[in-house]
Amino acid sequence: MGEKLKTYKKHPVSFLFFLLVSLAALITVAIFVCLVGYIVVRGIPYLKPSLFALEYTSENVSVTPAIITTLYMVAFSLVIAVPFGIFCAIYLVEYAKKGNKLVKAIRVTTETLSGIPSIVYGLFGMLFFVTQLKWSYSLIAGAFTLAIMILPLIIRSTEEALKAVDDSYREGSFGLGAGKLRTVFRIVLPSAMPGILAGIILAIGRVIGESAALIYTAGTVAQIPKNVFQSGRTLAIHMYALSSEGLHTNEANATAMVLLITVFAINGIASLIAKRLQKGRGA
Amino acid sequence: MKNKKLLEKGMEILFLICACVSIVSVALICFFIFVNGVPAIAQIGFFKFIFGTEWSPSNEPPSFGILPMIVGSLYITAGAIIVGVPIGLLAAIFMSKFCPKWLYRIIKPSVNLLAGIPSIVYGFFGVVVLVPMVKKIFHVNGNTILTASVLLGVMILPTIINLSEAAINAVPESYYEGAIALGATHERAVASVMFPAAKSGILAAIILGIGRAIGETMAVIMVAGNQPRITTNILKGIRTLTSNIVLEMGYAAELHRGALIGTGVVLFVFILLLNISFSVISNKRSK
Repeated sequence: MGEKLKTYKKHPVSFLFFLLVSLAALITVAIFVCLVGYIVVRGIPYLKPSLFALEYTSENVSVTPAIITTLYMVAFSLVIAVPFGIFCAIYLVEYAKKGNKLVKAIRVTTETLSGIPSIVYGLFGMLFFVTQLKWSYSLIAGAFTLAIMILPLIIRSTEEALKAVDDSYREGSFGLGAGKLRTVFRIVLPSAMPGILAGIILAIGRVIGESAALIYTAGTVAQIPKNVFQSGRTLAIHMYALSSEGLHTNEANATAMVLLITVFAINGIASLIAKRLQKGRGA
Repeated sequence: MKNKKLLEKGMEILFLICACVSIVSVALICFFIFVNGVPAIAQIGFFKFIFGTEWSPSNEPPSFGILPMIVGSLYITAGAIIVGVPIGLLAAIFMSKFCPKWLYRIIKPSVNLLAGIPSIVYGFFGVVVLVPMVKKIFHVNGNTILTASVLLGVMILPTIINLSEAAINAVPESYYEGAIALGATHERAVASVMFPAAKSGILAAIILGIGRAIGETMAVIMVAGNQPRITTNILKGIRTLTSNIVLEMGYAAELHRGALIGTGVVLFVFILLLNISFSVISNKRSK
């Protein structure tokens, strides 16, 4: 430590640089703590039972219908995106030959999809699902829009997970006389499961937090949709409605807290799975 | 035996079809956005649309110039870069080269969680904390370019930090050792050898950050004021391309609706250009 100080005395610029980088890291953590702290501390007093009433009224601005709609939305968009995403990754990793032009096109388009901002997805969903297919503002239009949005995430994480499966597994399976299909479904997919799951959980987080892509696809009706062709607002949209109305700032704060904690829990689970995966690989 | 072969082949084709979904999606997105947006742009007139400085869809006759929104998006993105990039890069250097392990276990998860916070929550934080703060300090209406820039700067921090940290980590350790052997201090070795060696990765991180900032919608709507005007005063409100779409799509009809979709076209073209430059840079890196 003393030696370090001595070098710093000799090289004040180095010391300044050290101070700057430490300060930047400190600011980053401070922003995180302030943001989360503020929302949690201000939100807790307003977590009243009436906020979780079963029926939404403009008096209690209950979050329950929004939470249920969010669950629907998560389930539907996963049902659509996960099979396509996983099958696409299987094709890329297990079947495609190297240097295949199609593979290149798939890579480029997947990358493009992951760079498109959510408002463009929303615009597309409105033009295609809502207007062209005449689904009007509905759960299903929102779910399809979000499914396209989370597709690249699922493809990429599944691809990584499949690539991480040791080739000796495949060779062993082939050696025992299993066909390609059997090898993929019985050997490769199960061993890649944790990685795939971590990707899916991250996708859930994106669906829950998404708002711009849903306003003009799923709409903003505050009740629980009775079927997939009805409109409903997810928690994030509910929060936008509350804070843009400006009448229920406190309730919006409590809703923000619910949203934040859900997203954090989901991220926590995903990284827990990823960690266990790494440990398993190390052993 | 024959059945089995058929199944194998059939499944391979199924996988192939699923794999093409992303191609189909991109094609559909491009098609629908352009087909619905371009005719409106043509009807308004390309130059009038892009370089028109007045956006008043309810006037008689209406005028649809989106230059204020283009400028607004650029202002706020530039502001976010000014706020977010220096902090992000310095923090990435700290995490990669200075951070003790115990501290890393605190900083890394906070950065990852920052990335996971929904933009609507950022927006809400902006409304209840940043807007009043700006109001108090500068004695203006708090919904300003400055507010939006600071908020967006925070929102792109995790993108910048995570990607540039990975880029710095990817620089071979021998570079560092060489610099140290030549008598450089740890700081000097990091700042003048490791950091420049990672520059293409860092550039890619910044481009991705720009993409995130220019495409951000909800948080910007909530704090930027949304007035469609061109101003050089960062203490005034402004409207971006993204907010223009969300704010007016709910009630727009006919040409007005077309002009909003046209706004989406312009935004989409911006994003595609950024994507292309991103992949050019990362391709160069992998070579």
